[in-house]
Amino acid sequence: MKVRYFAWVRERVGKAEEDIDPPADIATVSDLVAWLSRQGEGYAYAFENPNVVRSAIDKRHVRADARINGAKEIAFFPPMTGG
Amino acid sequence: MSEATEMTAILRLQREPFDAAGEVAALTRGRADIGAVVTFTGICRADENGEPITALDLEHYPGMAEAEIGRHVEAARARWPLLGVTVIHRYGRIAPGEDIVLVVTASSHREAAFAAAEFLMDYLKTRAPFWKQVEKAGDEEARAKTWIEAKSSDDSAVERWKSA
Repeated sequence: MKVRYFAWVRERVGKAEEDIDPPADIATVSDLVAWLSRQGEGYAYAFENPNVVRSAIDKRHVRADARINGAKEIAFFPPMTGG
Repeated sequence: MSEATEMTAILRLQREPFDAAGEVAALTRGRADIGAVVTFTGICRADENGEPITALDLEHYPGMAEAEIGRHVEAARARWPLLGVTVIHRYGRIAPGEDIVLVVTASSHREAAFAAAEFLMDYLKTRAPFWKQVEKAGDEEARAKTWIEAKSSDDSAVERWKSA
């Protein structure tokens, strides 16, 4: 699946997007956040406060308990500041 | 007459400035059923938290931004008898005094137009995937930028539409 990062999450991870292949027991968004946090310092920094980072599956907002099976694109980003 | 209840929805994300008066004229042209138009324009200020800034830089999530705003336009249309909605949101570098966002709502009467414009702006600020950075005055050489933090007052503004 494709993962995209925006704003300071992107800066901390150090990339805008990547293709990932997490283990089969990674079932939810919060599982994925915990797994990503173990992939390096930048990831750990980006997700140091996992409750702050928002997520979307296939361009819709989801909560941390959302299941990721079947997702084509998962995005992580800070609280939004548009308008 | 099907035209009497036709709802025109225009949604654009763009780097370029927009013409608010022109957008209102385009929305109402040839329509005799619209009795009220409310226009909100969000403008880049020259300060953020009391500190002078030289520009805002807006990042967005292409594809999701359009989809998310579209979902809120649909929600507004389900809630109020709207005859037209225009939402334009800019991204990229925006200097103080320049427009950032435009919401135009049209209805037969003012109540729906006022309420829908506020509803759309409250959701745009908290749910549309845009992120602002500020370029502080004096930062030009270093190009140092700071991400703006979300305001809890924006979250409470959106809460009122859930109980209403």
